[in-house]
Amino acid sequence: MERIDILLSIVYLLLFPGFLFLFAFSLFTEYLDRKIYARIQRRVGPPFLQPFADLVKLSAKEDIVPEKAEHFMFTAAPLIGLAAIFAAFLYLPIVSTTGLHSFNGDLVVVLYLLTIPTLAMFLGGWYSGNVFGQKGGMRVASLLFSYEIPFFLALLTPALLQGSWKMADITRFEATHPLEFVVSLLGFFIGLIALQGKLERLPFDIPEAETEIVAGPLVEYSGRRLALFRLARDAEMVVGAGLIAVVFLAGPEPILPLEPVYLSWLVAALVFLLKTLFVIFLLILLKSAVARIRTDQMISFAYQWLIPLTLVQIFIAIIVRFFGGI
Amino acid sequence: MKTPGKMLPKIIGFIFRKPVTVRYPKERLTPPATLRGKMKFHLDRCISCGLCARDCPSGACTMHEIEAKKRPVFDLDYCTFCAQCAESCPKDAIEMTAEFELAHYKKGEAIVK
Amino acid sequence: MGYVKLPIGPQHPALKEPENFTITLDGERVVNVDIRIGYIHRGIEKLMETRTYTQNLYLVERICGICSYAHVYNFTQNVEEILGLQIPKRAEYIRTLFLELERLHSHFLWLGVAGHEIGFDTLFMYTWQDREVVQDLLEMISGNRVNYAMNAIGGVRRDVSQEHRKKVLESMDYLEKRAEFYKNVAINEKTILARAENVGILKPQVALRLTAVGPTARASGISVDIRKDDPYASYLDTPFEVITTDTNDVLGRVVVRVLEIVESIKIIRYLMEHLPEGDILKKAPRKIPEGESISHTEAPRGEDIHYLHSNGTEKPDRYKVRTPTLANLPATAEMLKETYLADVPIIVAAIDPCMGCMDRVLLLKDGQEKPGELISGEQLRRYGIKWYAERGWNA
Repeated sequence: MERIDILLSIVYLLLFPGFLFLFAFSLFTEYLDRKIYARIQRRVGPPFLQPFADLVKLSAKEDIVPEKAEHFMFTAAPLIGLAAIFAAFLYLPIVSTTGLHSFNGDLVVVLYLLTIPTLAMFLGGWYSGNVFGQKGGMRVASLLFSYEIPFFLALLTPALLQGSWKMADITRFEATHPLEFVVSLLGFFIGLIALQGKLERLPFDIPEAETEIVAGPLVEYSGRRLALFRLARDAEMVVGAGLIAVVFLAGPEPILPLEPVYLSWLVAALVFLLKTLFVIFLLILLKSAVARIRTDQMISFAYQWLIPLTLVQIFIAIIVRFFGGI
Repeated sequence: MKTPGKMLPKIIGFIFRKPVTVRYPKERLTPPATLRGKMKFHLDRCISCGLCARDCPSGACTMHEIEAKKRPVFDLDYCTFCAQCAESCPKDAIEMTAEFELAHYKKGEAIVK
Repeated sequence: MGYVKLPIGPQHPALKEPENFTITLDGERVVNVDIRIGYIHRGIEKLMETRTYTQNLYLVERICGICSYAHVYNFTQNVEEILGLQIPKRAEYIRTLFLELERLHSHFLWLGVAGHEIGFDTLFMYTWQDREVVQDLLEMISGNRVNYAMNAIGGVRRDVSQEHRKKVLESMDYLEKRAEFYKNVAINEKTILARAENVGILKPQVALRLTAVGPTARASGISVDIRKDDPYASYLDTPFEVITTDTNDVLGRVVVRVLEIVESIKIIRYLMEHLPEGDILKKAPRKIPEGESISHTEAPRGEDIHYLHSNGTEKPDRYKVRTPTLANLPATAEMLKETYLADVPIIVAAIDPCMGCMDRVLLLKDGQEKPGELISGEQLRRYGIKWYAERGWNA
């Protein structure tokens, strides 16, 4: 019996819905991102396997560590980022109400793990020894708090409403109380905007601003390391969108008690996928018709609009809870 | 009102519409018949005056003695497709066609005689 | 962390052509800008002295890839001036049509580039899609898309048929709607406003002092337009207005260009509806008598000045070009002061720079600019011969 458990855990960890699944889904998301963006712009867009082909091609390219770069940190940065994302993914409930492991406070752990790729980006840029990379790294670091605080606070709203820091409880609660989504609607959109900032996509792609600082922190990266960074970026999008889907849209719930149990897992995963894709679709729309804003504008936007609105949302949540909940 | 994403409502429908660009080798746009493409040379009309070679701004058109007749040879590697040669020719022996796909592998492969 | 020197260029994604802007930064703020040109000097003026006037028609077109027609127009105007040749009225109208079509496609292109500089790639894709409509018209009439090879000395080489006229008028209806759409986007899209409003300020007095030209000057409220100030081609016949704004910023430059698109459409409509009948080409001699002439036109980017000195042979003796970008560069250095790093690309792009057209040779000694010496043409010729002989090359 124990043996089967271990085997299942390994399958969960490596194949489905573990690393391989995340890998494939991340590439698929990149494809969708590029394709829909292209279609909005009335272009044809890339073929289905293009993101995978890009990854393979990049991996085969020459990998250069600049002489001025700090070798260890330069190499470690993409790995740290990718590892954090993959670790965060395991906590998301996908096939059942719990992830690989569920405990009170797993929401906070995922939120923390999602911050690490940003730090990896900063470190990679800072230690690349290139003035564009350092400038980009500085921008990453200075923007960190402008989206991280609203993201944290917005995602904690449902937890406040329900009174638990456990994702399994939150999804359960949401599945039984659909009105909860209406109460936390504001938080949902704030979460989306903050996630866009976290992923450094338009209009917040300030650290990478191609026409200003070339590629920012990634300017010296090439070959395998660049491929890892790009994969980490795609995976971050999946995990970030998945987290929003779990926290606001009840993730894989409602779970149907089907026989055999595998079937119910599959249906749950499908529901989760659809919700994640919906969030990703909104993210793509968000980037398709805006210009990049400036660092100072983003910071003032965050402190003048995002954070006060998040506080309003939390206030609403507290009031609703005070008057007996939903 | 001044809002971000002003264009979005107008363009969101394009997701499901056919794109404007085409996948080139599979689909082709037809150029207008007036295009100045690869030239066509009518040997029978040529009077060997050499005006085309004299006016060519890029040295693509040069006079050569072939089969006991002086006649122009066009090297498309140098040609800028201005059609000055066709203009200068007093006998209309040079004609521009709409053929524009002139890629080739080696220098000197695209020669019009 | 103190001041950082950031080299924008010679190779940088914000610049489509290699020039160097060394920017001294205090955090994100620009402290000082050092503009250095001379990376793509191509020696076209010198090369023109070795070619006949007919051949030069096609060389002068290649000064610029966008405003090629303004250059070739200037060249033919110069030659015709020396010859004393009055070209047919129909040819004059067709030339004006090309000048305006070129302004249309140049302004659409610029809108897209400006969008790209501030990360608005969707705008970029849409404007370039509309630019394609203009390019198709140019291709249909002239047979070429970029360097139209349309002018001959004494007229134009191809006629505009009845069918072409209909097509042009149809396209103008479409483009007018699009221009309206872009105007709405430009003045209502919050993210564009955030990046364009009060950015790259150029006060009218400063613009005058630093000789800004074209849309850059017009956005500072200076009503300068060669089409009105010194009408050439058939601008005297056509009704149009000079567009100015008084915002002095990048947004003003966007608005000026979008409204100029509308004006151009009006001009083209007028030209197509009032196209006179008649010849399109007058025969011109190959040898141009001795004389000199200066010609200026309103290229899409501003005033474009050409000078020609002929010596009675088939080839020009001296040819000199001053393109609008060179006139706008000093103003750019002024606009870049006290801005953010993020604003540098859009401010540079806002003058619609065409570096290849304007580039000059810069002599450097120990990394510093050498003070210039004035030498005569004959001395320069001898210097050239000596320079080549020293290296064992054939002059």
